[in-house]
Amino acid sequence: MDEKDLELLRILEDNSRLSAQEIGTMTCLTPVEAEGRIHALETSGIIRKYTTVINWEMAGNGEVSSIIELKVSPERDYGYDRIAERLSRFRQVKTLRLMTGTYDLQLLVTGKNMQEVSRFVSEHVAPMDRIRETATHIIMKSYKENGNVLFEQQEAERLPYSF
Amino acid sequence: MNNRKQNASPIPSKQGETMQNFISERAQSIPPSGIRKFFDLALTMEDVISLGVGEPDFRTPWNICESSIYSIEQGVTSYTPNKGLPALREALSSYLKQHYNLAYDSNNEIIITSGVSEGLDIAIRAIVDPGDQVLIAQPSYVSYAPCVALAGGIPVPVECTESDKFKLNPDSLQEKITPKTKALMINFPNNPTGAVMNRKDLEAIADIVIDNDLLLITDEVYAELTYEESHIAAGTVSDLWERTITLNGFSKAYAMTGWRVGYLCAPKELCETVLKIHQYVMLCAPVMGQIGALEAIRSAEEDKNNMVNEYRLRRNMFVAGLNRIGLPTHVPEGAFYAFPSVKGTGLSDTEFAERLLKEQRVAVVPGSVFGSGGEFHLRCAYAVSRKQLTEALARMETFLNGL
Repeated sequence: MDEKDLELLRILEDNSRLSAQEIGTMTCLTPVEAEGRIHALETSGIIRKYTTVINWEMAGNGEVSSIIELKVSPERDYGYDRIAERLSRFRQVKTLRLMTGTYDLQLLVTGKNMQEVSRFVSEHVAPMDRIRETATHIIMKSYKENGNVLFEQQEAERLPYSF
Repeated sequence: MNNRKQNASPIPSKQGETMQNFISERAQSIPPSGIRKFFDLALTMEDVISLGVGEPDFRTPWNICESSIYSIEQGVTSYTPNKGLPALREALSSYLKQHYNLAYDSNNEIIITSGVSEGLDIAIRAIVDPGDQVLIAQPSYVSYAPCVALAGGIPVPVECTESDKFKLNPDSLQEKITPKTKALMINFPNNPTGAVMNRKDLEAIADIVIDNDLLLITDEVYAELTYEESHIAAGTVSDLWERTITLNGFSKAYAMTGWRVGYLCAPKELCETVLKIHQYVMLCAPVMGQIGALEAIRSAEEDKNNMVNEYRLRRNMFVAGLNRIGLPTHVPEGAFYAFPSVKGTGLSDTEFAERLLKEQRVAVVPGSVFGSGGEFHLRCAYAVSRKQLTEALARMETFLNGL
C-alpha cells in the first residue's frame, strides 16, 4: 500500500465504473499499471466488491429497514465474536457492528415489510443464547447513505461575473 | 486638461454625453475587462460548458457555513476591529508559521481584507507615488496593471515564457529595471498559467529584488493548490521578508469566493500605513466572512485536501486530454488552470475562443487578456466536474477537426 493505492481506492469508492484507461490518466499511471494495482487490491481483500448506491425508496420496492440494538453477554475466550458470526450468517442482516455505549451489537436488518422484520427479530434474534435485550428502530426515511445524499439538491448556480 | 469645462454645452443634449464629461482621465485610461463581452455572449447561450471562471465548483464546506450562520443567530453582526478579528489573526499567524514557516505577528503584521482584491489595491496605494514603475510578472491576473495605474503608477510587464515553464526569468526581470522601478508583483502558483516557482527559482529573483532595493508584492492565493511540491512562500526566501507584502485569502482553497475574505501580511511599519488606507476605504472585512474563515482554519483542513486531490485528478486527466487532441499544454503544477497553446491551429487566441464558444459552446478565456506572454494561449479553468471536462474535451476535439 502506498499513496497511489490510496488514491486509486478513493477514486474507485467514488465511481467504480471508470475504466483502467481513465483512472490511469488521472493518476499518472499506464492503464496496465493501474489495472495491476487494482487487481492486487482486489486479491488482497482490501477491495471487497463493487456495488451501487441505490435510493430504494425512490425505486419503490417497499422494503423496510431497521436498526436493531442488542445487549449481549460476552462469552469467555470469545467475547462477542462467535455470536456476531452467527448473526452475520442471516441474509436479513445487512450490517453488523460492535459498539461502545449502552448496547453492544448494532444490526441493520431489511425485510419486505414490518411483519417480516418483527418476525425475524422475535423468532431468530431475540431467542438466541446470550442476547439479553433487543431494541428495534424502524428507519422512516434515509437522507444520506455512505456519504451520498439521497434527496434532490439544488445546483448552486454560478452568478455571472467578469473575471 | 479639464474636459468637462471645455466640452460642456449650456444645454446638455443627452444625459450619457454629459456624464462622460465628468469621468476622470485616470478612470478612462483603464481598459474594461477583456473577457466581459465574451461572457455576456456566453450567458445568452444554452448548454455552454464554461471553463472560463476562476472559481471552485465546490460548495463551501458546511461546517464553515454553519459557524457563520450560528454567529448571525447569536447577533454577531457588527463591525470588527479594522485589522480583523483578533482570533482570526492569531489563527492565521500560527497557520502561516506551521504551513509555510512564514512569521507574521498577529497584532501588528496581519490585516484581514475583503478578498485579495482589496489587499492588492491597498498594498499598491500604500507604496506607489505618481510615476513609479511597478513590474508585473505576466501573464497575470487582470487586475494588477489597472490597480497600479489607478494609484498613479506605471505598470511594466515582465514576460514569463512557455520555454521557462512560465516561471519568472531573472534575466527578463533584470532587463526591465530602471531607476523609477519601485516594486515587483508576482503570483505563483500563477493565474492563468498554473506555473509554480520553487525555492531555487525564487532565490534568483530575490537577489535582483534586494540588489535593486525593490519591494515585492506576492499574491499567494493559490498557495494551497499545488500538486507536486508544497508551496514556497516568497517571504521565506533569502532576506525578502523585510521587503515583502504577502497577499492571500480563503476563496480558492476553501471554495469561499463569495465570502470576500483575504489577508495582507507585511512588516509592522508598512502594515501601519496599509491599515490607514484599509480603515478609510473598507473599515473592516465583513464579520460573517471572518467567522467563516476562522472555522476554515480550525476545521476544514480535510475538506481542503479532498478538493485539492480532486483538482489533481482533473488536472492530470484534462492536460493529458488537451495534449492528445493537439493543443500542446505544459503541466501546471498549481492553481486550477490549464494554459494550452493554439499556435499550431492558425488562429489567434481570441479567434479560437470566440469560434469555440459559438461553434461548440465551450467557454475559455483568450490568453492575451492576461498580458504579455499570454498570446496564442487559452486559459481553461478545470474547476468543473470530470464529466464536464470530458465533454469539453470532446467538443474541443470536434472543433479542432473542423478547422
